[in-house]
Amino acid sequence: MMQALIGYIRGIGRRTVDRVWRMGVAARFFLLVLLHSGTSFRRFHLIIREIFTAGVLSLIIILVSGLFVGMVLGLQGYETLQTYGAEESLGVLVSLSLVRELGPVVAALLFASRAGSAITAEIGLMKATEQIAAMEMMAVDPIARVVAPRFWGAVISMPLLAALFSAMGVLGGYLVGVVLIGVDAGSFWSQMQAAVDFKEDIINGVIKSVVFGIAVTIIALFEGYDAPPTAEGVSRATTRTVVTSSLAILGLDFILTAFMFRGV
Amino acid sequence: MSDNLIEIRDLSFTYGQRLVLKGINLTARRGQVIAIMGNSGCGKTTLLRLIGGAMKPTSGSLKVDGIEMGRIDQDALYQLRRRMGMLFQFGALFTDMSVFDNVAFQLREHTDLPESMIRDLVFMKLNAVGLRGAHDLMPSELSGGMSRRVALARSIALDPMLILYDEPFAGLDPISLGVTGNLIRRLTDTLGMTSIVVTHDVQESLKMVDYVYFVSEGVIEAEGTPAEIKASQLPYVHQFVHGEENGPVPFHYPAPDYAADLGLAA
Ligand SMILES: Nc1ncnc2c1ncn2[C@@H]1O[C@H](COP(=O)(O)OP(=O)(O)OP(=O)(O)O)[C@@H](O)[C@H]1O
Ligand SMILES: [Mg+2]
Repeated sequence: MMQALIGYIRGIGRRTVDRVWRMGVAARFFLLVLLHSGTSFRRFHLIIREIFTAGVLSLIIILVSGLFVGMVLGLQGYETLQTYGAEESLGVLVSLSLVRELGPVVAALLFASRAGSAITAEIGLMKATEQIAAMEMMAVDPIARVVAPRFWGAVISMPLLAALFSAMGVLGGYLVGVVLIGVDAGSFWSQMQAAVDFKEDIINGVIKSVVFGIAVTIIALFEGYDAPPTAEGVSRATTRTVVTSSLAILGLDFILTAFMFRGV
Repeated sequence: MSDNLIEIRDLSFTYGQRLVLKGINLTARRGQVIAIMGNSGCGKTTLLRLIGGAMKPTSGSLKVDGIEMGRIDQDALYQLRRRMGMLFQFGALFTDMSVFDNVAFQLREHTDLPESMIRDLVFMKLNAVGLRGAHDLMPSELSGGMSRRVALARSIALDPMLILYDEPFAGLDPISLGVTGNLIRRLTDTLGMTSIVVTHDVQESLKMVDYVYFVSEGVIEAEGTPAEIKASQLPYVHQFVHGEENGPVPFHYPAPDYAADLGLAA
């Protein structure tokens, strides 16, 4: 009885220590990536390639999701606003929800499952098939050649994707609110222009998506680089990327929102 | 400059708790082709990785070009590796690049050669392994043997002083096998390289190497020139050269009694 309890507590302790240890390793990995970023900026075509695979190839899912989220916002927002006779404010509701919250958060969640998982799987497989080891044997540092360009490609893509998501969302809100339901187009746009502040809303939204981009990408890269070099190891790492980065996005979003819009 | 490119003295290596190599002594003179043979799992790949500096010896000394690999720092190691090529057991081609870009990889990373010259060099290396025509294929479009030949071309791209080959003959048809054997010999002779070849192919390697080491269970069981090996009466060497099941080399990984595992024991 006593023995089992001690064993249980030991288990908790060991798992905690393991987690903290891994966090430390991940932080060190992050520093290494930053240190080795110089090469990738001098050879910018490496980053362009990764912007294509992480950013451009995620466009479809981001654009379509943005459109639908905006259309749903239009419908739901209209229902609620109408009871207060404030349906002219639909543009404000749609755009603020998107620019402040849904754009950065949902785009980052989609990015984590579309691009993040791909990054983890690719790097994990490169490791499993000894491509990383081969690169090291050729005196080329894989952090500089493989990891850093992917990091910057994804981090640059993320805010652009979030902006496109919000833009498509506004379009979706317009289609449903103005074209379909018949809210006055003039007040839809003019109220939106008056209410959305560039610094308060847009810049803060961009900051959020940059932070999410960094978090998702470093998690994805680290999971891939740290994955056991087997099929099972890579598949687990891919799952962990999606789970961990989703949680990280939501947690970071709460913290950032508290600082930005409440002035805590 | 010492005559010996590689000098290994009393080298031991453990993976975790497991002693994989014990008391290895091995010397490779410049310009030699050395073969390392031994049964599967005896530690050949591990030995190559140690020479390449991917891992550090647990004890003993391992010198490459006079540099002690146990104490080398990262910069010096990368400097040394520019003069080293390694052919991985499973090729390890970069799957996101074409055959051409794979072979050009090191030239682009480590030299400032113009693209036209890189092109000529890559075609020369690919021609040497008979795959110039395959330059625009992706690694996924190659057979196992072709991948290995591309990997061979890639590992000689910078004309290194030392090449480590991990089973270059596995999966090759008899023609490519002979050509690859000759190629290794010719590269070594004309470019003054040194080659360490891990192989199971006794007949092919006895034709082209200068010296053979037999590894068994992590120790060097026998060594000698091909002529000495062929004439050897040692049971171990005899079993290996003639591919017999019964002899000092166990075919089985250490295991409990077979009958007991099948549940037949009383
Ligand atoms: N990463 C590792 N961790 C723990 N043990 C390992 C690891 N890699 C290899 N080993 C063990 O070390 C021993 C030697 O492995 P090695 O790969 O050097 O064998 P090998 O001689 O190259 O075999 P093969 O001819 O089949 O390629 C094996 O028994 C293996 O179980
Ligand atoms: Mg091996």
